[in-house]
Amino acid sequence: MAASRLGQTDSSPIAPAAITALSRRHRLRPLEALPWIAALASYFLFPDYLALGAQILIAILFALSLDLILGYAGIVTLGQAAFFGMGAYTAGILAVHGWTEPISGLLAAAAAAGTLGIVTGFVVLRTEGLPLLMLTLVVAEMIAEIANKWDALTGGADGLQSMTIAPVFGLFRFDLLGRTAFGYALAVLFLCWLLVRAIVYSPFGRSLTGIRENATRMHAIGAPVLTRRITVYAIAGSLSGIAGALLAQTEQFVGLQTLSFERSGGVVIMLILGGTGRLYGAFIGVPLYMLAQDQLAERYPVYWSAGIGVLLIAVALGARGGAFGLWDRASHWIAR
Amino acid sequence: MTAPAIETRGLRKNFGALMVANGIDFALEAGARHALIGPNGAGKTTFVNLVSGALSPSAGRILLGGEDVTRLTQAPRVKRGLVRTFQITMLFRGLSVLENVALAIGEHAGLAGDLLRPAGTRSGVVERAYAMLERLDLADDAARPVRELPYGRQRLVEIAVALGLEPRVLLLDEPAAGVPGDESGIIIETIESLPADIAVLIIEHDMDLVFRFAQRITVLVQGSVLMEGTPAEIADDPRVREIYLGERAR
Repeated sequence: MAASRLGQTDSSPIAPAAITALSRRHRLRPLEALPWIAALASYFLFPDYLALGAQILIAILFALSLDLILGYAGIVTLGQAAFFGMGAYTAGILAVHGWTEPISGLLAAAAAAGTLGIVTGFVVLRTEGLPLLMLTLVVAEMIAEIANKWDALTGGADGLQSMTIAPVFGLFRFDLLGRTAFGYALAVLFLCWLLVRAIVYSPFGRSLTGIRENATRMHAIGAPVLTRRITVYAIAGSLSGIAGALLAQTEQFVGLQTLSFERSGGVVIMLILGGTGRLYGAFIGVPLYMLAQDQLAERYPVYWSAGIGVLLIAVALGARGGAFGLWDRASHWIAR
Repeated sequence: MTAPAIETRGLRKNFGALMVANGIDFALEAGARHALIGPNGAGKTTFVNLVSGALSPSAGRILLGGEDVTRLTQAPRVKRGLVRTFQITMLFRGLSVLENVALAIGEHAGLAGDLLRPAGTRSGVVERAYAMLERLDLADDAARPVRELPYGRQRLVEIAVALGLEPRVLLLDEPAAGVPGDESGIIIETIESLPADIAVLIIEHDMDLVFRFAQRITVLVQGSVLMEGTPAEIADDPRVREIYLGERAR
């Protein structure tokens, strides 16, 4: 019986549902337009908060880049600020030295941060779990300390002062209201999101999920696991670098806090609040975190970070998977 | 004469003072049906790990179709047609059965390095994965996550993933281990109906299966080959009866 089955490869005339589901998974769904509609609407609805809006968009890009490695490839890290800061300082240093064109500044930041990803990834990605967490932390601390000590290049603890950035496309000047900053950050976030989305649905992206689910099995099906991990680490590093460069260009200042542990840890918290490995966790988690921070800081100016802590504990105990996890369970419940 | 599908020469592996492979000379002929037996702790799985490249040997050489692959990592060995299964199911538990097989087929087709085009649209990978599931009677479970399947079905997915890699040499590490009797039939059937040009090395404790399936048997004891021969020779050997078969009968 099995013998006769082994010879056959014909499939039914109508594609089974399982095939259809898998081969159409990458198609855009209407709901995916929602974050972009919301972002465009807030440009018109909150004209006084565009500078803050740009910061949120930049944080979303940073969290999105983290999702690629943490959510999809399962690479845990507490040092993603190394790439964010690398990008910020690259764009900043170029600007201080007269290279003020913003888009080439972003590309240079992406190249620098990506290179850092390849070089450090080659070493740290040989480990997993807790050792990996520690090594990413070490890399970030080392980069931060270099930036701190190398006054001549980075301005040390004072940061990079007196940066000027040329208008985007030579047309859109960075204004005090943050209109250009907002539009610029939104456009860059959109392009990066398109890239990340393409990657997670590509064969490469699916193999990352395979590595997260079971690296031993990936080795056994002949996947070059270390190469894949380094590749995605470098891509995520580049995107984090672009986020850092966006912050540098829109604020026209780069300081050591772009490389801080708080930034590395904060972005992990934001992503977990939203939900990892979902592509949209960053879009929900970042505003959620910033809103909570804002509200808590207003009510408890001294103890607001304790409130964030309580929120995190609540998520870890009662809402695994973050906001998306809750959504899943709610829709399950309704469907029953 | 064609080179053996797999050959090991003086293969040695120690973890500190613990010698788990002690100079193993072994050959798996092309298209062979060969079984590796031995008591628990004899080093059978270690041998599979060494041959597949999951472990690197302390000494000795591994040849695949006459080519020295001792220094190669797992991935290039798989590309050369050397595929293994695991004693304890090693699957992507959160992914669907179909995607488990599709990942293997995509990897084998060399598509998995592709960064930008959607996976679902690539040159019939999903269709080929589904055809594989149909061959192994797994199509009804195609869309279910592997972790929801009974263990016997998971073992079958393990074999589907291996076959998706189009092996020339298949190392089966206790394919029916932990499978209830009524579910093991399809697994045994599948193994027995593997294409004749695939060389198969099976590690198994079920002696009925071993003696029914294998043309040759190698007995491994404490990291060394005790003897090799036809099933009849193995069954008649007093040392084997004492060390292995006797022990099992107790």
